[in-house]
Amino acid sequence: MSSTTVINLAEEPANAFAEIKRRGTALLPLRQDGLARFQESGFPTTNDEDWRFTSLKPFTEMPFETMFEPTIQTIGQSVINGIAFSQHDTDRLVFVDGHLSSELSQISNQSEGVIVSNLASALTTIEDKIGALSGKDQNPLIALNDAFFTDGAWIHIPANQALSKPVHLVFLYTAIKDGQASHIRNLIIAEANAKGTILESHISLGQAAASTNVVTETQLGDGSNLEHIKLQDQSSLAIHLASLHSKLGSDARYAFHSFALGAQLSRNNLRMDLAKPGIECMLNGLYMTRGRQLADHHMIVNHAAPYCNSHEYFNGILDDQSRGVFHGRILVEPEAQKTDAKQTNKNLILSDEATVNTKPQLEIYADDVKCTHGATIGELDNDAIFYLRARGLDSQTARRMLMHGFTGEIVERIQHNTIRDELNELVWGRLENEYHLN
Amino acid sequence: MLEIKNLQARIDEKQILKGINLSVKSGEVHAIMGPNGSGKSTLASVLAGREGYDITDGEVLLQGNDILEMSPEERAREGVFLAFQYPVEIPGVNSTYFLRSAVNQIRKHRGDEELDAMKFLKLVKTKMKELGLAEEFLKRPVNAGFSGGEKKRNEILQMTMLDPSLAVLDETDSGLDIDALRIVADGVNRLKNQNNAQIVITHYQRLLDYIVPDFVHVLYDGCIIKSGDKTLAHDLEEKGYDWLIKDS
Ligand SMILES: Nc1ncnc2c1ncn2[C@@H]1O[C@H](COP(=O)(O)OP(=O)(O)OP(=O)(O)O)[C@@H](O)[C@H]1O
Ligand SMILES: [Mg+2]
Repeated sequence: MSSTTVINLAEEPANAFAEIKRRGTALLPLRQDGLARFQESGFPTTNDEDWRFTSLKPFTEMPFETMFEPTIQTIGQSVINGIAFSQHDTDRLVFVDGHLSSELSQISNQSEGVIVSNLASALTTIEDKIGALSGKDQNPLIALNDAFFTDGAWIHIPANQALSKPVHLVFLYTAIKDGQASHIRNLIIAEANAKGTILESHISLGQAAASTNVVTETQLGDGSNLEHIKLQDQSSLAIHLASLHSKLGSDARYAFHSFALGAQLSRNNLRMDLAKPGIECMLNGLYMTRGRQLADHHMIVNHAAPYCNSHEYFNGILDDQSRGVFHGRILVEPEAQKTDAKQTNKNLILSDEATVNTKPQLEIYADDVKCTHGATIGELDNDAIFYLRARGLDSQTARRMLMHGFTGEIVERIQHNTIRDELNELVWGRLENEYHLN
Repeated sequence: MLEIKNLQARIDEKQILKGINLSVKSGEVHAIMGPNGSGKSTLASVLAGREGYDITDGEVLLQGNDILEMSPEERAREGVFLAFQYPVEIPGVNSTYFLRSAVNQIRKHRGDEELDAMKFLKLVKTKMKELGLAEEFLKRPVNAGFSGGEKKRNEILQMTMLDPSLAVLDETDSGLDIDALRIVADGVNRLKNQNNAQIVITHYQRLLDYIVPDFVHVLYDGCIIKSGDKTLAHDLEEKGYDWLIKDS
């Protein structure tokens, strides 16, 4: 177990380099390069346009301890049985503080040629694919991840194959001690006409201020269809930094659902590269914050080919002194004619002290496109409340029904039926029990 | 059934209803007509209990009880139903869930047994068939993305399910095609019996061929300036409102 902090590691090249080398020779160039980039840039600050509303101070000001070694703490099967989606028939890869737990993982016979494995055991074969999509991004957190990631999921669905059941990626954080920092890397490749459903859960076991820095690359081949549901449901001190990079082939369909249900600070960078025609890309998210939590979704959807659809729907419910941040940039390049891009961000404020910074942004260089965006921040719609009351429902029931609807709008876009039902209950239960609904 | 006496209401300092008197007995159908902006929807909203109006004078008795002091939900439970001129879209709220909650709320208030999911579905599907609404509407969020005509039919479906004693239909015919108009009118006529009453707000005499009113009233500038039988609607269709307005 190393006692160095993530900042020390970055600031003391010799130490950091030794630490990296201890991780093995695979990917050494990527790791060195990541370290060099990070040393060059340092952490982003709120002077940086992309981080204007979200300060990384909770992350940078603590002496963070990178979780280079697996935790010794044993985690029982009962823990797994208690988490969301565990009662569904899925394959399951479980990681604890960024290290695979073979005991808790469970992989069935998937279809011919499908790979569902951890990344660390396959490094030699996939070395050249890691960083292929995230590499160009200047985000210092990616550089940090390049340098220090321990493990994560590696999923490969060959052409014309489908996952025979959803794959559930479970990321557990022991969070026994403030400052524990996990670095996780996922690589998902669906070849032409491949199909599948992937669930991704991030769950804190302890209450300490632990952090995770996750980088996920998803590459979808022509005509492939992937539904990716992320549930980030951590403790009120947890720090969750994530970055998703997707590259989609012609006529590919990608639905990414983000449920950010709690952390001191959560940040999801979503980077969609639509460089082939006929793509349908949906980013659909719900964030719910209370106390002093902050949830930030920051996306860039780049339309670089004609006939693509991209839809972004994000709803937020904010209570107490919490904050929501939404940044949605849609870039339509000159060649991306017939683009259909739509973006909405709706925020429901339950307390006078909660705040939202929303910034939908369209940047269009093609002339034959259909692009809309809109953002709302406010309370429940009075006309809707009256409509329900005029049908005999009391005002409390009416308000709850509308709030349920507000979350339901997002939840109902999940295609997988039973997962959708479970998330509906989970989200609603959370609101009923932990938020000020009246 | 309903007794409106000298009802005056204002919104944001603007007097909109200026002394309405109207008496509706059980088993009757009343039509209210009048130019745009004369206060028809305001009257309907005040009856249903929408907030934001300042009732400066008058009273409204429903079966002898003053309803102006009641909340919108109490009025609905007491049997008032407003079919909205502009039904509200409620994204994310499932139609079945909404309607079953409403039906059971009102049944409970009346001392009737609540309907379980099976019984409710059976009932609502029969009613939907009568109104020519496809069953898939049950799976959709309330009014969300419904066409204008679908929204209006959905109002009538709700009315049918809630079985009100006083139904106020605010321009339910606007935006309906001929077939839908007849279907909606049939729905209203089926509901009609000796123990309930309907107030139908419309701009078109056409609707009144299907829903035959016992009385027709003309609302202008916050007052009822003329009342008559169904022939009044024909006169209005022919002559417009000018001849009445000049007299008033
Ligand atoms: N919230 C409000 N604030 C100010 N004025 C209002 C408000 N609501 C209604 N009014 C005004 O009250 C008057 C009556 O409106 P109302 O909607 O009742 O008319 P209506 O008879 O239903 O008209 P239409 O036939 O066009 O439906 C109009 O002049 C309208 O502009
Ligand atoms: Mg009106």
